[in-house]
Amino acid sequence: MDFYLGLLQIIGVHTLLGLSAYIVLLTGQVSMAQAGFYAIGAYVAAMCTAMFGFHILPAIIVAGLVTAAIACVVGFPALRVKGLMLVVATLAFGEMVRLFFFNLTWQVERGGGLIGPNGAEGFRAIRFFPENGWEIWHVTGFIWIVVAVVMGALWWIDNTRAGAVLRAVGHDETAAQSIGLNLTAVKVGAMTLGGLIAGMGGGIYAHTVTHIEHAVFGVLLATFAIAYPILGGLGSVFGTLIAVIFIQGFLVEGLRFIGDWRSLLFGALIVLAMNFRPTGLLGERMPRLFKRRGADKLELKEAE
Amino acid sequence: MLTLENLSKHFGGVRAVDGVTLTIKEGEIFGLIGPNGSGKSTTVNLITGLYTPTTGTVTLDGWDLTAMPQHARTARGVARTFQNIRLFGNLTVAQNLWVAQNGHEQRRQHFLSRWFKPGGEHSADVDELLQFSRLYSKRDVLAGNLSFGEMRRLEMARALASDPRVLLLDEPAAGASLEDAELLAERIRAVRDRGVTVLLIEHMMELVMGITDRIAVLNFGQKIAEGSPREIQDDPQVRAAYLGSGHDEKMERASA
Repeated sequence: MDFYLGLLQIIGVHTLLGLSAYIVLLTGQVSMAQAGFYAIGAYVAAMCTAMFGFHILPAIIVAGLVTAAIACVVGFPALRVKGLMLVVATLAFGEMVRLFFFNLTWQVERGGGLIGPNGAEGFRAIRFFPENGWEIWHVTGFIWIVVAVVMGALWWIDNTRAGAVLRAVGHDETAAQSIGLNLTAVKVGAMTLGGLIAGMGGGIYAHTVTHIEHAVFGVLLATFAIAYPILGGLGSVFGTLIAVIFIQGFLVEGLRFIGDWRSLLFGALIVLAMNFRPTGLLGERMPRLFKRRGADKLELKEAE
Repeated sequence: MLTLENLSKHFGGVRAVDGVTLTIKEGEIFGLIGPNGSGKSTTVNLITGLYTPTTGTVTLDGWDLTAMPQHARTARGVARTFQNIRLFGNLTVAQNLWVAQNGHEQRRQHFLSRWFKPGGEHSADVDELLQFSRLYSKRDVLAGNLSFGEMRRLEMARALASDPRVLLLDEPAAGASLEDAELLAERIRAVRDRGVTVLLIEHMMELVMGITDRIAVLNFGQKIAEGSPREIQDDPQVRAAYLGSGHDEKMERASA
């Protein structure tokens, strides 16, 4: 049972990671910086609880806000470049963040020992959950409440003008500019929101594993982050969720029994999935939430 | 109302637009014509801000637009369509108009209700424009699935969604038949009757001669003539510029 709850936790935090890339991807930007944002969130939230005694909830909110602010600042220069150049620029940022935490040593006395990030050793003993008597299903429940709130918020945004604008920018930047949209504002806005979500996801992640180190937040994680929304499709937030379940639940855990062949099959299955569903598992089109009003009056009005 | 003052755009050694001065009056349909490569589309791109001019200024209602980014120009009342249609094919017809509501008045709406209120694509403003463009029954169809003619109409409607003062139409009749062009002429007049000044860039002489109040002719980036359609057709310089391109015959036909 604990195994499945643990798996649910992984799926939950990775869904947040994937959603942070999803919102940026809607504007047509491929960002490899999401793992970097996730790392910032993880370290900041861990510092808040382990070093300064915060509760987990304010800790992940602080982590989200700090990461959002950094994403906003990074967004301005990074989003001036497009396509492959953006991939390279964001990849460089991700590596910078990773190497920053590789070198960061900052420990404080707490409970008779030193605690805090310790360079290559990583940040150990992020023990908010065990110290406060949270059981595994408490943690899992907490994660999924956060995931549900974030998914709900993104679903809401998708149905508003803001969501349509993100998709418009993603479809054709020249046309988007011509109708008076401020491309920089839209893209930086998406990046900031992506940073907020990745930061919160990272913050939760740090507490589920209790020990974080720089190596986790490398290129592989950044690749996963963008693979989820691409594989799931940009139609809605559920595409990302389905893709995370597919990759983490089925490919990573479900195929463990075939050993080293897993990696090979993993790649092959993604290639297959993209061939059969080029717009993602759930497709590109968003399912409609709000029923159209007055559809029956259409023909009458047209006739006038 | 819209004034171009000594406007130039050079790409390396090529003078795509070279010292063009024009004044377009409020409420008129102004035609901008010229042979291929004469700088018409570049002029549109200079007015909308896609390009920055090498020299010269663009002013609208006394506001200097020259240094403004595109979104600020939209707020001042500049809107355009593209020669090769550029719609948001991943959005519905209504959503295409919804995202384009970036005019001055529309920007004054409360931030939250402007950006984060769901379902605004079925607002009265959008519905009105859809009916004006005869696209109401298609409002929930993806723009990418429309017919060519519907796409053209939607693009014009999208340009009107920001309540512009002046609408720049870049070859709206490209790919259209003569009958289509007649319908298009009606639509352009209807746009003018909404109080929008129209700058029409077009190859199809029948259309330009039929509906414009005044015309300017570009050749090699320079303005070679300006006047009423009648004056332009009789202008020897204009005839010389078009000679051999086949357009002179069309002019004859249009004036007949």
